[in-house]
Amino acid sequence: MNTLFGERKEGATKIVLKSVDEYPEAPVTLGTTLTNFTGDWRTFIPVIDDSKCVKCYICWKFCPEPAIFIREDGYVGVDYDYCKGCGICANECPTNAITMEKEEK
Amino acid sequence: MAEYKPIRKVVSGNYAAAYAVKHARVEVVAAYPITPQTSIIEKIAEFIANGEVENLEYVPVESEHSAMAACIGASAAGARVFTATSAQGLALMHEMLHWASGARLPVVMVDVNRAMAPPWSVWDDQTDSLAQRDTGWMQFYAENNQEVYDGVLMAFKIAETVNLPAMVIESAFILSHTYDVVEMIPQELVDEFLPPRKPLYDLTNFERPFSIGALGTPADYYEFRYKIQRAMEKAKEVIHEVGKEFGERFGRDYSQMIELYRTEDADFVFMGMGSLMGTVKQAVDVLRDEGYKVGAAKVRWFRPFPKEELYELAKNVEGIAVLDRNYSFGMEGILFTEAKGALYNTNAKPIMKNYIVGLGGRDFTVSDVRKIAENMRAIIEKGELDVEVDWYHLKR
Repeated sequence: MNTLFGERKEGATKIVLKSVDEYPEAPVTLGTTLTNFTGDWRTFIPVIDDSKCVKCYICWKFCPEPAIFIREDGYVGVDYDYCKGCGICANECPTNAITMEKEEK
Repeated sequence: MAEYKPIRKVVSGNYAAAYAVKHARVEVVAAYPITPQTSIIEKIAEFIANGEVENLEYVPVESEHSAMAACIGASAAGARVFTATSAQGLALMHEMLHWASGARLPVVMVDVNRAMAPPWSVWDDQTDSLAQRDTGWMQFYAENNQEVYDGVLMAFKIAETVNLPAMVIESAFILSHTYDVVEMIPQELVDEFLPPRKPLYDLTNFERPFSIGALGTPADYYEFRYKIQRAMEKAKEVIHEVGKEFGERFGRDYSQMIELYRTEDADFVFMGMGSLMGTVKQAVDVLRDEGYKVGAAKVRWFRPFPKEELYELAKNVEGIAVLDRNYSFGMEGILFTEAKGALYNTNAKPIMKNYIVGLGGRDFTVSDVRKIAENMRAIIEKGELDVEVDWYHLKR
């Protein structure tokens, strides 16, 4: 997936540590951002209506996670692996192009 | 190895700490002044101003919370780090203390024991440091200025071996502002004893970036807690080894976590921590002359707690008078709780009584120890306690 932060590293696997001795001595990087998809925590999902989007990128600026990205066509997309469904983007969107809908899982 | 010729200096406990910081070649000091700790960091600032130390960065901060935060950042980057505080300042650091131990950073701090307010007090009391018992910091209680100096040097070595932070604790004014002869170690011998720090993880390695203190879900958190406990257990061995090495190199042996004084044939012993025990040792000599078979057991390291050494002591005595210059409200003196708890599942069942002494700097003298000895002897003869917790100085 193409995001502002470059290509997502494909093939990253979740680190599962089976015994206490496999753990690092101090709690340093557990691979969380690559494999711990915080989008799992979500109840509501932002849905973007491209026809209302004016490409102001206010949603991108306000997103507390890097979950909103700018697509190659200039419109915005949502990285659903990391979007926690907080709704800030929908709240800030001046043209109401983003609506929060309950996610069906 | 160069021959050891100590440099004798007459210094306060605080200056002893500052000299130890200088000799340990500390790289970063972040601190905020608070009575009675202030003269430690003043002396360190003076070393820097006079050009007596190289590569020592002093970070002036706006609070103790920030001081510890700065220490954590510097320690994570791989530096040897020091700070100092007292009482309310230590309490303000409390939240950050967990970040240091949780991230396994060997920060060393001197806490000058001072009573918690209100009423506002700047005098000696151990409740401030003992309230930090569960933060994952090792705690060394110094009896005199020499032990402050030696303690700081050893604390760096022990902390950097097991990757846990350590506190060296001295008494307000009784040590911090009282001058005594301290045998200091020539720089090149300190360098041999205490080589530069090798960090567990090097945050300045840009080839392999990583994060510290990131999220630990229920799947991982538990194991890291266990690792801290395992490091504490290992610390007991390291303390023994480093204390022994210190004795071999410099003549003062710190291999025992509980220092025993004339306990071999003692009927009962006085147990306590810090400067209090200097008075007790002196009193033991007096009492021995008067026919009391008593000894003193000075708990040097409170965390990790020397359970095994306490058991060895408790097996051979009829009574232990635990002297606490601290209090846990709703319970009893903190060392008393710990000592009783450590012995519960053992065969050692000496009579144990808790004497609350010296709170807020109340004077504690040899004649007080004698009164306690008389009381303990009566209890042991009768075979039962009068009261379990005795507020010794209370005006009745």
